[in-house]
Order: sequence, then structure tokens, then C-alpha cells
Amino acid sequence: MNVTLRVWRQKDAQSKGKMVDYKLQDIDDHMSFLEMLDVLNEQLTASGEEPVAFDSDCREGICGMCGVVINGVPHGRGQTTYQTTTCQLHMREFRDGDVIDVEPWRAKPFPVIKDLVVDRTSFDRIIEAGGFISAPTGTAPEAHSVPVPKADADRAFDAATCIGCGACVAACPNGSAMLFTAAKITHLGSLPQGQPERRSRALSMVAQHDAEGFGNCSNIGECSAACPKGIPLQFISRLNRDLWGALSTVDGKHLG
Amino acid sequence: MALTGLLMVGFLLFHMYGNLKLFAGMEAYDTYAHHLRIFFEPILANRVFLWIVRVVMLAAVVLHIVSAIVVSRSAWSAAGAGRRYQSGKNKSGLQRTYASRTMRWGGVIIFVFVIAHLLQFTVSSLRTEAIMQTSPYARVVAAFEVWWVWLAYLIALTAVLFHLRHGIWSAFTTLGLHIGPVARRNLDALSWIVAGVLWVGFLAPVTWILIAQPPIPGASA
Repeated sequence: MNVTLRVWRQKDAQSKGKMVDYKLQDIDDHMSFLEMLDVLNEQLTASGEEPVAFDSDCREGICGMCGVVINGVPHGRGQTTYQTTTCQLHMREFRDGDVIDVEPWRAKPFPVIKDLVVDRTSFDRIIEAGGFISAPTGTAPEAHSVPVPKADADRAFDAATCIGCGACVAACPNGSAMLFTAAKITHLGSLPQGQPERRSRALSMVAQHDAEGFGNCSNIGECSAACPKGIPLQFISRLNRDLWGALSTVDGKHLG
Repeated sequence: MALTGLLMVGFLLFHMYGNLKLFAGMEAYDTYAHHLRIFFEPILANRVFLWIVRVVMLAAVVLHIVSAIVVSRSAWSAAGAGRRYQSGKNKSGLQRTYASRTMRWGGVIIFVFVIAHLLQFTVSSLRTEAIMQTSPYARVVAAFEVWWVWLAYLIALTAVLFHLRHGIWSAFTTLGLHIGPVARRNLDALSWIVAGVLWVGFLAPVTWILIAQPPIPGASA
């Protein structure tokens, strides 16, 4: 198949970027989107041009490294009926002759480093603010000593599937990272080991979220619809309940 | 935003209930209007409860607007106020509702309407044809016999309909009630039902006035 790509090219963080057209011929239906970009970069390199910079690592949809906005939607979710990362999106979802727009995530806390690569260390700082538990060091305790109800374990695992790719922010009209933050808070707050910091975690992670310059949640739901892991929107309500719980505490710590 | 919004929805439901008394005729409506002034008398003096409601509602409106400005500014700062993506495809997103897209404009329309509405019926400075009649019933009937007053009302209530379709769902979700996919369906349904009941309940009496042009008892024709 033949496609025309309109790709965001930006030399570095300081430069102004623009959309540049590239024509690609004989693209195999079974290529992944990133393999198609590899073909483009081969062409660019052969003709002496600068290849398009994009992030990728595992290319099997579990590392959270890749991610671009395709036709206005993160991970090309406008093309597919299934949850996917960019690396697991295949060219068979497009038609011969399509014009495909490829852009980086857009959010103030995700500044563009080059072309399609953005800096997502703001997510790391949200994790640092509260994405941990206090566990005594030493020998691992007997697993049966802390029973975890099945429903809680399942919910924690569902939340833990968040790969931190940032699609929620790129999809959110408010540029909010509430779904990401809610996933981390639900992951740790569903388990017995995460209870001591449950309230303070909600307070500190949301405070860091706001300090990074992410927007507020207005319950539109685009985040969850774009999420390659299907993190459910209801986790944001859970985050809000944890914040309510923190109202009866001082800095997230219960009194007396 | 959620708490002040729900407070205003509660007010609207009561307001609508009162308006439905227009169907019961002049005496019933005027008695209702009179009793709004003597609510909780003699524990509270005349009109004290009315003023408490006015002050609380004014505070709710102000806080709601301030929150809206804070939320909007953070959104414009985070996502960019102008065009976010160059692509013109999938502009309305994957699943977002028309109501969620028009919250800000809807809010502005409702705000402008509320000011005009208060000037017309509470302050009575926007004098339509039936200049200051002493009977609240007569004033309402006189106002809505004018077609463009009815039209303005229709536009404002449609804005309220969409504002509440997203607003009620969003308020309860912010308060933590969105506990799963079933809850989302129920909250969406609740939003449509409450918004729809308000739309019909407010429009029914004034549409009846526009069409039937009921006579005002005691008015010299």
C-alpha cells in the first residue's frame, strides 16, 4: 500500500516545528506502525536527510515507551476497535492512499525534545511523590501472613497494568494526568501493604500532578478510551474518594 | 464545582415545582409566591429565609464560576488554548459527548440568561409590556405572551439541559460515586432524567401561556 505521512518535525526543544509530508510506497499491511516509520527513516537516511526521532523500546505493547498522536488520537485509537499502543498498531488498519498525520503528545508538562519524542519525566516525579509503600527490610514475610481479598488483588493488578505511556494526557482535552495518577493510587491503595500511606499518597501525588502543570479532570473520559491498557475511568472516582478520606487527617496522617 | 453545581440543581428542581403551579391558576401561584416570603415565619422574620436562599445561591454561583475559571485556566495552560493537534481528523475525540464539549459556552449562556431573568422578574427593571403588575402570576403571564421572551427561555433551558447532562454525571463522579461501568450508565441516565425533567417542567407552563394566552383574573382588559 502507498500512504502519505504528515509528520511533525522539530529540530530541538527550542525550535519551532512544522508538519512535513513524506510519501511511502509498497508498505506491507502486516508492518507495525513503528516498522513503517523505520522504513521512512531508512529512506531519509539513504537520501541524506535527518531521520524522524521517535521513542520505542519493547515493541510488544508493555513498556510504555512508544506513543504518538495518529490522526489526532493517541496510539491511533481512532483507527482501531481494540486497545493498542503505537507499536502494536498495524498498517492493515489504514487504507491505500491514506494521508496519516503523526504528531507528538501535546501537553505543557510533556515538552517536545525532538520530532515525536517528548520528555515525560513529570510522570516520574508524580511517582516519586507517593508511589511507594513502607515495607520493613529483612527477610520476606510469609506470603500467607497478609491475606489479600481476590477482588482487591484483581483491582490492584488491573491498575498496575498502567505502563505510563502518557496517552491519557495526550487525549485529555484538559491535559490532565488524573487517569495515570489514579491508576498508581488504586494499584497501591487496593493492597494491605499500601494502607499506611493511603491518604498521604493521594494528597502528595495529586499535589505533584498539579505542580507539574497538568490540567484538572472534568470527567470527559477520553483518557480511558485512548488508554492502551484500558485503565477504567472509575479509578479517578476512587482517587477522589481517597482525597475525601484525607479530609479527616492532617497531611494524610490520622490523628490519635 | 460539584457541590455548588448540585446545590443549584436542587434549587432549580424546587423552582420548577413552583412554576408548575402556574397551571393551577392565579390564586394558587400567587399564594405560593407569597409563601416564599413568609417561609419559616414566625421563627424567622418576613423574607429572612428568602434572603438566606438568595445569599446561598449567589455564593454558589460565584464559587461555581470561580472554580470554572480556575479549571479552564489550568486546562488551557496544560493543553494549550489554541489548536492542539495539527490533524483535522477525530476532532470530537473517541467518545466525548456534545454536552461535555459545550460546558463552557453553555455556562456563559446560562449566566447571561440568569442575569436577564433576575432583572425581569426579581428586580423588574427590564420592563416588558405588562409593566410591574403586583400579582406574580400576572407578571409571568404577561411576560410569556411575548414570543421572543419564550424563545430566549427555550434557548437558555436547552443550554441548561446540555450543561446538566454532563454536569450532574461529572459532579457525582467528582464526589466519588462512579464506582464502575454500571454506575456510569446509571449516572448518565440520572443526568438525562433530571436535565430532561427540568427542561420539560420549566417549558410546559410557559409554552401553555404562549399558546393559550390565559386571561389574567381581575385585570382590566
